[in-house]
Amino acid sequence: MSQPQELLFSKEHEWVKVDGDVATVGITDYAQNSLGDIVYVELPKVGSTINQFGNTGVIESVKAVSDLFTPVSGEVLEVNTGLETDPALVNREPFGGGWLFKVKLSKANETSHLLAPESYDQLVAEEGR
Amino acid sequence: MSQLASEMGTPLIFEQGQNGRANRYFARAESAADYLPAEVLRDDLMLPENTELDVVRHYTRLSQRTFGIDLGFYPLGSCTMKYNPRINDAVANLPGLRDLHPFAPDEMAQGALQIMYELERSLASLFGMAAFSLNPAAGAHAELAALLVAKKYFRERGESGRNTVIVPDTAHGTNPASAAMCGFRVISLRSDERGRVGLDELEKVLGPETAVCMMTNPNTLGLFEDHIVEIAKSVHDAGGLMYYDGANANALMGNARPGDMGFDLMHLNTHKTFTIPHGGGGAGHGPLGVAAHLTDYLPIPVVRASKMPNGKPTKFVSDGLTFSLDFDLPKSIGPMRSFWSNFAHAVRALAYMYANGAQGLKRVSELAVLNANYLRVKIAPFLETPYPEICRHEFVASAQKLKKETGVRALDIAKALLDRGYMAPTMYFPLLVPECLMIEPTETESKETLDGFVESLREIVETARRDPKQILDAPTKTVVGRIDETRAARQPDLRWQSH
Repeated sequence: MSQPQELLFSKEHEWVKVDGDVATVGITDYAQNSLGDIVYVELPKVGSTINQFGNTGVIESVKAVSDLFTPVSGEVLEVNTGLETDPALVNREPFGGGWLFKVKLSKANETSHLLAPESYDQLVAEEGR
Repeated sequence: MSQLASEMGTPLIFEQGQNGRANRYFARAESAADYLPAEVLRDDLMLPENTELDVVRHYTRLSQRTFGIDLGFYPLGSCTMKYNPRINDAVANLPGLRDLHPFAPDEMAQGALQIMYELERSLASLFGMAAFSLNPAAGAHAELAALLVAKKYFRERGESGRNTVIVPDTAHGTNPASAAMCGFRVISLRSDERGRVGLDELEKVLGPETAVCMMTNPNTLGLFEDHIVEIAKSVHDAGGLMYYDGANANALMGNARPGDMGFDLMHLNTHKTFTIPHGGGGAGHGPLGVAAHLTDYLPIPVVRASKMPNGKPTKFVSDGLTFSLDFDLPKSIGPMRSFWSNFAHAVRALAYMYANGAQGLKRVSELAVLNANYLRVKIAPFLETPYPEICRHEFVASAQKLKKETGVRALDIAKALLDRGYMAPTMYFPLLVPECLMIEPTETESKETLDGFVESLREIVETARRDPKQILDAPTKTVVGRIDETRAARQPDLRWQSH
């Protein structure tokens, strides 16, 4: 499997796309595939402050309810409201239309705690053994 | 016709019949207007009128479209779907028990109270607890009761700061929900590479905020927590209580006791271990057991026994005793359920215990463990078993490798099993094993049944490698095929409306 090259990844299977001081966050294709059909996504409140690797919401699939973590710290600028009516968008387009929320980065240097695409590939290969 | 009804090819009972069609084999009841006030009477309810024959056919047809332990093998892990002996129902239906009024005074209900007393004493002895309450009406209900007991216990000791419940990822699935519902913060504990709670990991999360550590043993991987005594000691040293989820008690009877392992609180699912029908979402039974320091907090009422004047001791322990319901426990968390809770289940559970006896119950657990290990070893050559060691009453297999090679997932194997006349095992739990199938055969299945199941599973895996589409399209022989699970979860259609 090869990941989109412009993204960074967390060990909890979230992706981040950094554009200036704004980061877009989603879950990876591997994550959506492991979760199965997603029926509900609970996202953080716009305007709230979230901390790196902290619990920021819940993703519910037909298999299980899983915690959602944020890979970066900052203020939540926007959430993907389309997921309220169509949470399966996360399954169909995990790296595109199924994005979860946008954050105004408060700690630019913390992206160094995240994985590059090839390191994340390795992680997935190990987990999938 | 509703959508589901049309998919199933059977109209609802409300959609059948004609006005005035009902038979009159029984005397007509007096008119409701004779004894109900006019303002509560209504004539806008479109109640169906069918002939008795049509009603009998309707429900018989529906009963043929469902699946239960009376029809076939039901290896639903953690649910202990064993045979429910008919003698239980025969005893629970004795008129003296069945027709007893919940307001009957104690002196008119001595037999019933004796049954509750003997069940309570038997459970206490079998599981090593000081006392049980028969009040909670289900397993998760008893979990909630246990956490309320713990909360009250800590509050009275001036330790209200203990607000954290530790739940290993191999615990029963309802535990975190019960803890959260009771207002505790939940810490999830990752198990070690052996699938057990690691002492080092546990020590890291223990502290002055620790209230309760909730475990089940054997755990949901079917593995015995061999360091349970040390685990209990660590939790106790930190000032916390140990809670035992009785979901997996079928592995232990007569062989090991949670009380001896150091558990302070526990519940039993008598509908699992002690052969009460799993009521299709209906009445359940979840006795709550506690160690000596917690008996004052049990839900009320509790059954008390006292020596009858001039009572003569006989071969039965409780003969010569008189029984009463005690509502006067000042420290009790209060009643969890009205009246005597689901009393008929107490009758069934005791009937089963007495039919087996202490040696018989020990044999039940030994055979449950033997059957699980037989299946585990037979399945291992064609489906991964991530923890290849002697298990207890259940084990987990994983379709992770098969999914990588063929795209066939645990879910698809489960659906294909339905076509072959089996209930599917529990899927995707525990969460720590990807693509997991949790299999619990129970002791009541024969070697022939287990062999048949293994062959079906082997055939499914072989078909998946040869022609995965066949398995991905399953089930094709059931009344309803693949359902849209997302739609079922998001837009459940649970209600019939007449207008």
